[in-house]
Amino acid sequence: MNWYIKRTGQALFTLWAVVTIAFGLAWSVPGSLVDHMVDRIVQNSNIDPEVVRQSIESRLMFDPDASVTEAYVTYMSELLDGNLGYSFVAGQDVSTTLAEAVPWTLLVMSLATLGMFSVSLALGAIMAYREGSRFDLANTIVGIITTSIPYFVAAFLLILWVGHSDAPILDLFPPRGRQPPRVDPGLTLEFVTGALRHATLPALSYVITGYGLLALSMRGNSIQTLGEDYVRVAELRGLPSRRIALRYVGRNAVLPLYTSLLLSIGFMLGSSVVLEQIFQYHGVGYWMFEAINDNDVPLMMGTFIVITICVVIATFVADVTYSMLDPRIKSGDDGEAY
Amino acid sequence: MKRTEDETRTDGDARTDDGHRADETRSDHRTGDDPRTDGGTTGMFGESEFTEITRRQRLRELLEESVVAPFKVAWSDWRTKVALVLLATFVATAVLVWLHQLGYTVLNDALRLFGSPWQLESPQSPVSLGQDQVGVRPFRDWRYPLGTFDNGVGILSGLLWATPGMLQMILAGGVFSTAMATVVGTVSGYKGGTVESVLNTIVDVAMSIPGLPLVVVLVAIIQPSSPYVIGILITVNVWAGLARTIHSQVLSLREKSYVEASRTMGISSPQIIRKDILPNLMPYVTVNFVYAARRVVYDSIALYYLGLLGGSTAENWGVMLDWAYNVNNALTVSGKSYMILFPMLPIVVLSMALILLSQGTDRLFNPRVRTRHEGETVWEDDTDREVNPPV
Repeated sequence: MNWYIKRTGQALFTLWAVVTIAFGLAWSVPGSLVDHMVDRIVQNSNIDPEVVRQSIESRLMFDPDASVTEAYVTYMSELLDGNLGYSFVAGQDVSTTLAEAVPWTLLVMSLATLGMFSVSLALGAIMAYREGSRFDLANTIVGIITTSIPYFVAAFLLILWVGHSDAPILDLFPPRGRQPPRVDPGLTLEFVTGALRHATLPALSYVITGYGLLALSMRGNSIQTLGEDYVRVAELRGLPSRRIALRYVGRNAVLPLYTSLLLSIGFMLGSSVVLEQIFQYHGVGYWMFEAINDNDVPLMMGTFIVITICVVIATFVADVTYSMLDPRIKSGDDGEAY
Repeated sequence: MKRTEDETRTDGDARTDDGHRADETRSDHRTGDDPRTDGGTTGMFGESEFTEITRRQRLRELLEESVVAPFKVAWSDWRTKVALVLLATFVATAVLVWLHQLGYTVLNDALRLFGSPWQLESPQSPVSLGQDQVGVRPFRDWRYPLGTFDNGVGILSGLLWATPGMLQMILAGGVFSTAMATVVGTVSGYKGGTVESVLNTIVDVAMSIPGLPLVVVLVAIIQPSSPYVIGILITVNVWAGLARTIHSQVLSLREKSYVEASRTMGISSPQIIRKDILPNLMPYVTVNFVYAARRVVYDSIALYYLGLLGGSTAENWGVMLDWAYNVNNALTVSGKSYMILFPMLPIVVLSMALILLSQGTDRLFNPRVRTRHEGETVWEDDTDREVNPPV
């Protein structure tokens, strides 16, 4: 129980640290934040700059003229209220924008994680079982080559492939956008399949470039487990081979990969900035790019905070569940393993 | 006169011969058997030479131990071999371009010598755009072997020109993250107490912040232009993972008997860390260098592609990807796909070289994998198999 308290405290501390870092960065943006925004708005219209300034300052999370400590306190209390400020790029509150965008990014990510893990676990296990065969060698080489391709290069190649092949594929997996046009969001078949088809290519770029290393480590773990004494004892006991494969070899080989899962979540959320730009997919990463391009500091910091919070929560959940899956890890501070 | 002769002789010995010969000269001095010595003065010289030789010897041993021997083992793995050849090609390219930038047109002279019409040209130099220069298809005009973009920049020149900057970023990022991780990990592991818990908390926080968004925000605020600064910014939290590994390694190393022996002998902590602990960490350090390099390649290209690091000139392969996709529509306009395919080549080759290197060195440094591998080969032609068949 003590370990859970400690781990929760650590997660909370990390959240606080990230939010503070975001505040520090926002505070240090060169030039006055508000002046910059006022300039941008006055350029496009003939409203009185003073009026614009007041309306901005009222929407800002902290008074830019106040002292650092004062601004920090207001910033933190606003954050605790769930207020992330107002975004001019999106034309609405940052929290509204992101609440709408997060599910789309999560859809791509969960598709990618699902695909990547199912492919690499199965492939790695078969490779281990046929260690040294031509199948093993060929897959090892293909795995190394695909791992060498950056996810964004894979994205370009996928778009190139789709764009240059016959129309059916182009219609099936659209390389732009996140949902079919003129379809209302809702639990209709048309919308759900449309969203899935739009998410396929971005997810596939992760799967193609990510499965290789995972499959290789699954192969390594399985080979290691196959040599263990308890597997041999199980075979001597005459247990059915399916039971051995699943409960003795599979379970122990998969356990270490559980930590790769959390690493890949952080990686995918981070790289969504690039991938969603390439596919014009309006998720969290897309908004972060837009925010930076247009110097929209509240939106930029809001996305940064939301992405990090997602990663911290995912890591926390994975840590806690891992200790449930693997009782060996539970004893005290053995969380060192990862 | 005699003295200097003597000195040069021993000096030469130490440089050209192996340790045995140097040992002989040393004992000659000590016993005074050398017929050319004259009394006490040589003794003094002999003493100083004595320490000099041993230092040189020690250096050579260290070199043998930490560079030559691992290199030989690594070279025996085909993956390391391929990786090193590829990396050497990149370094050679970078040196050529760098020489060119300094005004030494070595490559162009050589090309001219062989009658080649192609010349290495700076994509940064202001080009007077002629119609014949815009959107040239590859393999048509030998002044532009890989073709040109619609802005007249030759693709091959652009690819070559981006190499030095990429290697500078990799160097800066690798050195920074490795040094940072080694210092933090060693200090926190060895010192313990408050230092340990403070440093560990920092490492925890750094580890759970996703890298690219942090770098994107930092780059937007700092707007760096030097490749070295960019390399360091990209690895701003890469060091945390290695620091954690080194921390737990040091924790177990400090309990080892030889470290405890050094401690009871009263040897200072910095010296114990330097002599007993750091050498054991080299494997992790090397692998991390490769890992950091890969991060720098991926993230810098992503940042340049997004246009967050400038991009008016072909200073990175990412800039060229940006031109191809966003300016020239290379993915949708048929016949233009070469613009995006060629910049992909060096990216994939470089990252493949890094992966092969990390896998090769992993086998070299990871004793468990190595013994397993060796055990495997023994297993093949061992009669043990008959006696004790695996189930």
